[in-house]
Amino acid sequence: MAAIRIQQVHKHYKQLHALKGVDFEIPEGSFFGLLGPNGAGKSTLINIMAGLVKATSGSISIKGHDVRKQWRQARQSLGVVPQELVYDPFFTVKELLRLQSGYFGFGRENEVWLDELLEILSLSDKANTNMFELSGGMKRRVLIGQALVHKPPVVVLDEPTAGVDIELRKMLWDFATQLHDKGHTIVLTTHYLEEAESLCDRIAILNHGEVVALDNKQALLGRYPFRLLCLSLENHADIPTSLQDKVQSFENNQLVLRLHREHDTVSDVLESLRSAQINFVDLHTQEPGLEEVFMSLTNKEATA
Amino acid sequence: MNGYGLYTLFSKEMWRFLKVSTQTLLAPIVTVLLYLLVFSSVLSGNIEIYDGVSYASFLIPGLIMMSITQNAFANSSSSLIQSKMMGNLVFMLLAPLSSLEFYIAFVGAAIMRGLFVGIGVWLASIFFVQLPVHSFAIILGFAVLGSAMLGATGIIVALWAEKWDHIAGFTNFVIIPASFLSGVFYSIYSLPSFWQQVSYFNPFFYIIDGFRYGFLGVSDANIMTSFLVTLSFFIIVSVVCLWLLEIGYKIRE
Repeated sequence: MAAIRIQQVHKHYKQLHALKGVDFEIPEGSFFGLLGPNGAGKSTLINIMAGLVKATSGSISIKGHDVRKQWRQARQSLGVVPQELVYDPFFTVKELLRLQSGYFGFGRENEVWLDELLEILSLSDKANTNMFELSGGMKRRVLIGQALVHKPPVVVLDEPTAGVDIELRKMLWDFATQLHDKGHTIVLTTHYLEEAESLCDRIAILNHGEVVALDNKQALLGRYPFRLLCLSLENHADIPTSLQDKVQSFENNQLVLRLHREHDTVSDVLESLRSAQINFVDLHTQEPGLEEVFMSLTNKEATA
Repeated sequence: MNGYGLYTLFSKEMWRFLKVSTQTLLAPIVTVLLYLLVFSSVLSGNIEIYDGVSYASFLIPGLIMMSITQNAFANSSSSLIQSKMMGNLVFMLLAPLSSLEFYIAFVGAAIMRGLFVGIGVWLASIFFVQLPVHSFAIILGFAVLGSAMLGATGIIVALWAEKWDHIAGFTNFVIIPASFLSGVFYSIYSLPSFWQQVSYFNPFFYIIDGFRYGFLGVSDANIMTSFLVTLSFFIIVSVVCLWLLEIGYKIRE
């Protein structure tokens, strides 16, 4: 059974067609990356999963429970960490976790888990601190705690690391990995492609409300037909015309060339450089990252 | 039914106003006592609205009910608009809580705040005049129905409102005038006939008149009429409120 099944989901906001028949599955136990530029429809899709927005047509089920027809079971199966730092200023950290746990029907028996959550999120010493006294990073951790009070099998992290410092980002990455190791299905939306690349095993790229790519990370990376050849030149030099269209960057004598896997060979490139009497002191090749794949897919869409 | 979830949301709503009780309980009680002090001392010697009933005895039930309804409305509307503005409404929307559970929790807390303020005014008024009690059941019945009706109205207004200003506007231009002009300070029989007729269309008139009957055993309108009108308004407002919650009006796009 898929953790999340999205079937032909359309969403119209007046004139805007925000989601155009989005249809895919998120396998159970996967660490799934949902990527896309601003306005691609990622948040709309997540909000439909969470029951915060209603789809114009189509359906989504969480662990087999339709988010509209079996909403109670669907919501019990899902934990959502919202993008914005929202909180209730009337309550302390522990009170908020208790309330959230109560909304899901858990009483005193859940206290042990709430204490454990505070411990894992390094919030134990802030348990009795009012929310408005916490730093942004701590508020973010409380949000994660609130999403996990009911131990949901599926956890959605909506841009969890936007605007957080490096230390907290690393902590969030480790935490998400631990959750995944414990068997939770994780859905991550992010602007940081590096984040998706290092954490996710399966990725969907949304653009203009459509899925433009859906694959395992390795297959997706393999789809990009280019690799990079990085050269450190001895001196600044004029790049021969035959190589000009392959130059990705050239700064401080560091030349990066984008070579097509099938049409360009490294030996041809080196030969061209040698003929132009350009010497280099070091070279290495670099496989493309998600950023290149992402840019090529979203740009193609934009210009189509 | 998510019974524990409902109980938790109700507790949270109670907790919310109890944590700031100076503002939510004490302040309205003091305001009403000021009205009582001013009006009863200025007018007490001159007016006897019903035979054998002092003006203070006439005024106090009206003031109690006015404060119950205003505070019930303030509770649900301010809590919901604040959650909307702060964005923390999302935690309630993500939880497996139905529209009915949401409604019961919010209206329940609004009733409780109304009753707390009402009891506070009643207790403080003992220093002014010893109120008779004709029927405790009628007093409680109207207090609960009136505060529930205004609690549900508060939810509706907060769902519609997009900023605090909208709530303030509704409070100042609808709730306060309607509750002031409903026979709190006077019998509608002392009004010109046109305004008497207008008063019959004001639901606050029936809530206050029925509530006052619970104390004094006399009223402007028939007690059964007041009860049925109040009950009807409560049902209408509740149905609209539940429907708006069910369709997620302005909260689930």
